[in-house]
Amino acid sequence: MMTNGNGKTGPKLTLWEKLYFPEIIHGMSITIRAFFRPKFTRQYPEERWTPPPVFRGRPVLVMEDETKVERCVACGLCARVCPSLAIEVQAAETELDKERYPERFEINMLRCIFCGFCEEVCPEEAIIMSKDFEITFTDPRDAIFGKEKLLIPASHLKDRLEFLKQYR
Amino acid sequence: MPKVTIVEDPVDGKGKTVEVENGTTVIRAAAQAGVEIPHFCWHPGLSVAGNCRMCLVEIEKMPKLAIACATQVSEGMVVHVNSDKAVEARKAILEFILINHPLDCPICDEAGECNLQDYTYSHGPGHSAFEEAKNKKPKRVPLGPNVVYDAERCILCSRCIRFMDEIAKEPTLTFVERGDRVFIDTFPGKDLTNPYSMNVIDLCPVGALTNREYRFKARVWETSSTEGICPGCARGCDVNIWVRNNEILRLTPRHNPEVNNYWICDNGRLNSFRHVNSGERLNSPMIRKDGVLQEAGWDEALAHAADALKPFSKDEIAVLGSAFASVEDNYVLRKFARQVLGTQNIDFFRHEIEGDQDALLIRADKSPNAYGALEVGVAPSKGADVNRIFELIASGKIKALYVMDDDIAATKEREELLAKLDVLIVNHWVSTKTTQLADVVFPSATFAEKFGTYVNFLGRVQLSRPAVSTLEQERVPGRFNMSRLDKFGSAFDKWNKGPRRNVRSSWEIISAIGSLLGGKMRYQSAEKVFDELAQSIPSFKGLSYARLGDRGAPLKKAKEEALVK
Repeated sequence: MMTNGNGKTGPKLTLWEKLYFPEIIHGMSITIRAFFRPKFTRQYPEERWTPPPVFRGRPVLVMEDETKVERCVACGLCARVCPSLAIEVQAAETELDKERYPERFEINMLRCIFCGFCEEVCPEEAIIMSKDFEITFTDPRDAIFGKEKLLIPASHLKDRLEFLKQYR
Repeated sequence: MPKVTIVEDPVDGKGKTVEVENGTTVIRAAAQAGVEIPHFCWHPGLSVAGNCRMCLVEIEKMPKLAIACATQVSEGMVVHVNSDKAVEARKAILEFILINHPLDCPICDEAGECNLQDYTYSHGPGHSAFEEAKNKKPKRVPLGPNVVYDAERCILCSRCIRFMDEIAKEPTLTFVERGDRVFIDTFPGKDLTNPYSMNVIDLCPVGALTNREYRFKARVWETSSTEGICPGCARGCDVNIWVRNNEILRLTPRHNPEVNNYWICDNGRLNSFRHVNSGERLNSPMIRKDGVLQEAGWDEALAHAADALKPFSKDEIAVLGSAFASVEDNYVLRKFARQVLGTQNIDFFRHEIEGDQDALLIRADKSPNAYGALEVGVAPSKGADVNRIFELIASGKIKALYVMDDDIAATKEREELLAKLDVLIVNHWVSTKTTQLADVVFPSATFAEKFGTYVNFLGRVQLSRPAVSTLEQERVPGRFNMSRLDKFGSAFDKWNKGPRRNVRSSWEIISAIGSLLGGKMRYQSAEKVFDELAQSIPSFKGLSYARLGDRGAPLKKAKEEALVK
């Protein structure tokens, strides 16, 4: 372990560094150089960011474009695997070929931790992580997203569905 | 008595030797040795079919693998359950069975309690050599009013066919077509309407036969299963009560060779828990004020009931027990009547429907505990019986009546008689004609909400455990069997907010009134009541909740009667 001369730990300073003023000028020169570099900060609400496909935003249910029917068969595996117990599914019978559909599908967004386990376990690729990260509400009751908020047409989720294909 | 050695561990090769009856099959001998041999078509309650080939085992000195379900043991037999050859065979059989199985486990109701799913995980090959498209077969075929059949999932084990032939004694189902087009159908002109038809759902090792009512309602792992007793008739079949979100979703039979074997009737399965989920449930004690029943607190209603009974002499009061209530309830009621009120007028209504019975399970007596109620002394030794009680009400000699867990106002005539009473106190689980006429009403717990014992017509005492929590009884481990959601959910979860009713067990209500009237009857739990009655009633001597366990025990008297026979 090094000491800085005062008996405290830290890098050992040379005489030039101990002189103080030259180092201030050195620091300022770094700051001034940054003025002329390209900007990284974003004027957020005005200037939006589109996350890459790998991004895990809020989980949504995929709705087929032509039929307007959700892919979900209400198997309940997402609810089972969810580590924070955020998902509730109530299944019911449908006349469609898939036999089973979610009569009620609710995600409590106060509980969701965006881990993506639900997406990973889903046998139908019906629940996937979207690019939406702007989730706000003023009442905790609004945090429970039902089917009306969760259903998103597949055409709006192309990026993520393409991305998931690599891992099939 | 041949000795047979079952070798489970292929590495050390050391087996367990058991001595079994002559003619025992290998699969049963293995079960005696504590080894489960995987099987689909074999069922302990049915005849041997030997068509699934899943139970192939290697037996020393036999040239080929043998099916454990149909091979009888012989002296010195050594059975290798998990030898390389046996394991290889099981993998091949599973691959074969899965050729045309749709693998739609996410949709299938059986998932989570499916033999095929479990065995595929534990014994399956993990892949399939068959790349061809799977067969298309009839789906969603209604077989009778309560069963739905999916031919694609069916593995053609014939358990359902054998059940209808051998147990229900009404051959209804059969294989039709041949080869890979085989499926199960009813004989022409027949339908699956037998009163035991729904047992085929439990028998089905896959999800081919499903319960129309329970279909798609819940996943198995979301529900908790509790050992209960079906209150549908005097048989008292052992059942499992499946609960999610504090609501009973289904009943399934629980094996008890002394009572119902593996079976339960459809009426018991479908209707015996209707009243628990009913919208007519009473949810608060009620007191009649200004001619109208009004909700009240427990303490207020109990005090009101005690005060209402005080002015009457012992001959002016009658008490009616119930064959629907538990032994504990009836015992406390009898104690209340004899020791606190001092009345001899105590009896209960019988609920026998002559003709509605059969040789298998269904009894004419449609109540679960008539034997138990008689046994604890809810019977008029010197006082009036039910008919006499009504006569005395008509003549104005009986002025106050306490009714426990029964609707006694079945006829217009009785309704008018009950209206003549000065005081009518009733506890019941749902709103009935009797409760509407009452002066004080207490909401009581149903069979699924309390610990309670019931004595069936054979004199077998059986313990039923609570499956549904009440307002005063939190869903706590130890008392309740818990599902995953019960264990990990919080009070803020919507799916944890099923209705919890403001009810108490009948024995709690009656002992509270008894205590207010100066009786010595304070009990902490139903078990304490049972312990006391086991001390004082000879036929219950030596019994305790621990003794009863999952399968119950016979009354002392019933045991002696059985010995005489």
